[in-house]
Amino acid sequence: MASCFQSALHNLRETKVWKSVFRRGPANTNRTRSLAIFGNLFLHWMPVKVREKSLRVRASYYLGSISFILFIVLFVTGILLMFYYHPAAPNAYRDMKDLQFVVANGVFLRNLHRLAAHLMVFAVFWHMFHVFYRGGYKPPHEFNWVVGVVLLLLTLFLSYTGYLLPWDQLAFWAVTVGTNIISAMPFIGHKVRFLLLGGNIVGENALLRFYVLHVVILPLAAFVLIGIHFWRVQKDGGLTVKPKDEDGKE
Amino acid sequence: MSDTKTSSVAGSPLAIPVGQGVTRRDFLNEITMGALGIAGLGSVAVTYQYFSPNVLFEPSTTFRAGNPDLYPVHSVTFLQDQQVYIVRMPEGFYAVSAVCTHLGCITQWKPDADMIACPCHGSTFRPDGVKIEGPAPRPLPHFAISLTADGELVVDKLQIIKASQVLKV
Repeated sequence: MASCFQSALHNLRETKVWKSVFRRGPANTNRTRSLAIFGNLFLHWMPVKVREKSLRVRASYYLGSISFILFIVLFVTGILLMFYYHPAAPNAYRDMKDLQFVVANGVFLRNLHRLAAHLMVFAVFWHMFHVFYRGGYKPPHEFNWVVGVVLLLLTLFLSYTGYLLPWDQLAFWAVTVGTNIISAMPFIGHKVRFLLLGGNIVGENALLRFYVLHVVILPLAAFVLIGIHFWRVQKDGGLTVKPKDEDGKE
Repeated sequence: MSDTKTSSVAGSPLAIPVGQGVTRRDFLNEITMGALGIAGLGSVAVTYQYFSPNVLFEPSTTFRAGNPDLYPVHSVTFLQDQQVYIVRMPEGFYAVSAVCTHLGCITQWKPDADMIACPCHGSTFRPDGVKIEGPAPRPLPHFAISLTADGELVVDKLQIIKASQVLKV
């Protein structure tokens, strides 16, 4: 059975179509292994070589990867939730309730989105603390540290804009309180609040604006910055590895 | 090179020195960047305008609060739809905002304690809006209150008046 599968895979790799997609041969030398990374759009910004120590759990606890996986989970579940959600009053609240009680597997998707959002905030914060205590903000990583701080802020803004969308009492008062905090900014506070809410009260305009921020603008910005963040890890010479780890002592 | 070039027809009115270090390429670059800069600023300005709604479908800020006889003397009445307290004291009427000056939560009138309390962060106020304790930074504002020609109370939430101004009926 296994050899049958192997030979089928081998035959597939010999086809013209396969060879047109994957131009390199089998990854059996260091050169072809590197080419496998270079030649793939989704992998080409990854390092072709890493220090073994930077792959240890203790080097990163994989917190950045965990945050990214949670972001992908949120991206997929969020798109699925959008198929049943109208960003308007009073539909928004009813759609949220429909997702919980009427739509097949809706409650699973909604809870997955919600839990992944909570976990992402937690993971991103833990990632930041971990990088900070390992000195990951020091040169040559200082630019990537700043990108990471912006990504932390984007995570919090995504969390906050998503909080309004259920359109329940919790959402309404959270956004009332939050936007009143914004209006305490000197000089421009009231104008920023007016622009963010699209009015003077938390109404339909505010719901629509938060929705567009939540599903388009902020995720797009996060995607671009995540790309830069990952790419710079490689360009800045990989993860920060402590001398202790370099010595091989733990 | 071309920086120091002068017109080839010496002595004619066209013999103006070309240059002072500006080449044609520099000139066109600066014109183009300047035009792009102006267009960029303009698009920021029109986008800002676009995001400021001109018409708002929000509840009216002026409302009628009914006949003064509805409110007994020494009473505080919460009008939930308008988020306003109509207070009647022996000296007259006043309309006090029910929106906490801290972060915008709706306060509640507590008749037993004779005070207005905010459920969010615990600010308390006297029935005339004066702050008893924080975190609210300011007293609750008083709104303009008057009588219509047919003798009904009318409150304008856009007009904030001094706490000393009361409506005598």
